[in-house]
Amino acid sequence: MVDAVISDVRELSAPRRKSGMRRMLQRKSTIAFFMALPLLLLISLLVLYPAFYAVHLATLNKSMQRFVGLSNFTFLFKRETFWMVVRQSCLFALSAVFFKALIGFIVAHFVHNIPAKGQRKWRGMLLIPWVIPPAMSTLAWLWLFDPSYSAFNWILALFGFGPVAWTGDAYWARFSVILINVWYGAPFFLIMYLAALKSVPEQLYEAAAIDGASWWQRIWYVTLPMMRNIIAITVLFSTIVTFANFDIVQVLTAGGPIDKTHVFATWAFRLGIQGGDIPLGASVSLFMFPILAFCAIFILRDIHRRGNEAS
Amino acid sequence: MTAAEATIDHGAPTRARYGSMSRDRRWALRWSYFFLVLFAIFFLTPPLYMFITSLKTSHEISAATNPWWVFHPTLSNYIELLTSSTYITFFRNSAIVSIFVVCITMLISVPAAFALARMRFWGSAMLATGVFLTYLVPDSLLFIPLFKMFAVFNEWTGIQLINKWWVLLIVYPTLTVPFATWIMIGYFASIPKELDEAALMDGANYRQILMKIFIPVALPGLIAATIFAFTVSWAQFLYPLAFLTSPDQLVLPVGIITTLIKGDVYNWGQIMTGALLGAAPPLIIYAFLMDYYIAGLTAGATKG
Repeated sequence: MVDAVISDVRELSAPRRKSGMRRMLQRKSTIAFFMALPLLLLISLLVLYPAFYAVHLATLNKSMQRFVGLSNFTFLFKRETFWMVVRQSCLFALSAVFFKALIGFIVAHFVHNIPAKGQRKWRGMLLIPWVIPPAMSTLAWLWLFDPSYSAFNWILALFGFGPVAWTGDAYWARFSVILINVWYGAPFFLIMYLAALKSVPEQLYEAAAIDGASWWQRIWYVTLPMMRNIIAITVLFSTIVTFANFDIVQVLTAGGPIDKTHVFATWAFRLGIQGGDIPLGASVSLFMFPILAFCAIFILRDIHRRGNEAS
Repeated sequence: MTAAEATIDHGAPTRARYGSMSRDRRWALRWSYFFLVLFAIFFLTPPLYMFITSLKTSHEISAATNPWWVFHPTLSNYIELLTSSTYITFFRNSAIVSIFVVCITMLISVPAAFALARMRFWGSAMLATGVFLTYLVPDSLLFIPLFKMFAVFNEWTGIQLINKWWVLLIVYPTLTVPFATWIMIGYFASIPKELDEAALMDGANYRQILMKIFIPVALPGLIAATIFAFTVSWAQFLYPLAFLTSPDQLVLPVGIITTLIKGDVYNWGQIMTGALLGAAPPLIIYAFLMDYYIAGLTAGATKG
């Protein structure tokens, strides 16, 4: 093996009669740059450029021929629907992230409690919602919530409760989209927290037990501080993803009833692609940017801090 | 895994010595199982209900019987979908797109990760951070400018990108490459420096180091990144919805929603069958490669 490599190399290095250009091309940093070049092009052409292009688009009029400055934004600020979308986006993201984190934390403890043999099986089962493409699983929820054949309402009727308009009533529809998002995202938190729980040294719990700590004190003084980093990073990451969520709301309600469940992404889609007003859609989607930047800064800080600790 | 084993090991003697502690543990265990069953029901109801509905005829679906039980199971929904050319087209398009995107992702991200993890060049540290930031830029921020960009591109060159399935090959890598690169940087960085220094000493060049040392050693990471790229491109919903319209170009999730739902007539048996079959490839991959899947999932937050 080694011999083969060496002879291979000799063959390659033999005709290296170097001209300046050749030497330049063979320098380590040059090779590295060319290896990273496709990545660089992809990021700059298809992520960075469109992001700035969105800002440019947001300053044009509907036919995209005239610069109108900030009037798209002032137009949005005057619309009742816009503020409704802002409120709904925040409600949707914050409550969904909170319950995802909470359920993930609780279930991770239950999985961690049971004997190691069975953990794999349970973990495998509980992660299934995360594996199914959200657009597909939301279809299942849509069917479970169907106005006339809802399987949930059938169960409720057994206990004598009236039919719930899961997607027809504004409040229930808001509840439903959050419920689905929690259902879809909680397994992700579960897996993360389970991995974090396993990395907490057992001695800490032993020491706490000897000191007579109750289970609540063990969680508060041992588990939570040890998991702080991972909790922070999953919550921030999930906040970004949840704020930008499109699939669930689009499939379940498409923003209805009367725009009550629209979030930024779906409303931007409605205005920009379906309504044909690209600048207005771009302006709406740009409102996701501050939240995104805010979370990204904290995530980066966390990564840098951990990088420094490691080295 | 080791932590869990440690729990068990040290739990055994405690149980023998202290009666009350073992009783506590037994109750804790019972409650854990009880709640795990509750949560499992919550998490597994929608996929199970998909399966139940997929076995029903449309007649049974609209009957006023127990919706949670199949009285006359039938495979007619499956047969109908698997022989319908539109559904097969969606499935084929999805498969082609996902496989190509996986290849493109790997070709871009593995060399880039190697360069960023091992070979310093001007701005490489900044680029590594930038890669991670790019991963955080959501599709819902980019689809409108991309849509307009493709329209402008059409005006300039006459090449129509909108409503062609291969436009997805251009946009999906923006979602998969950053995270795949990030995972691979983590795995590559964990390979001991001595290994490639020894190879360099023996006169190996960078291509050889990458192909003969890094890729074999970081194979678990490579598999995790591959699975990630596949599942992301399989599940992507917004881009095809925005960029594709004609049924012969569509991919699965969008295809099911736009063609099986005809106006107000919902053929739920077929929709559920289609959704279940559409969810099958990621589920099968997950069933066989669960550990790699989870490794990829946790790598984003624990590495780096």
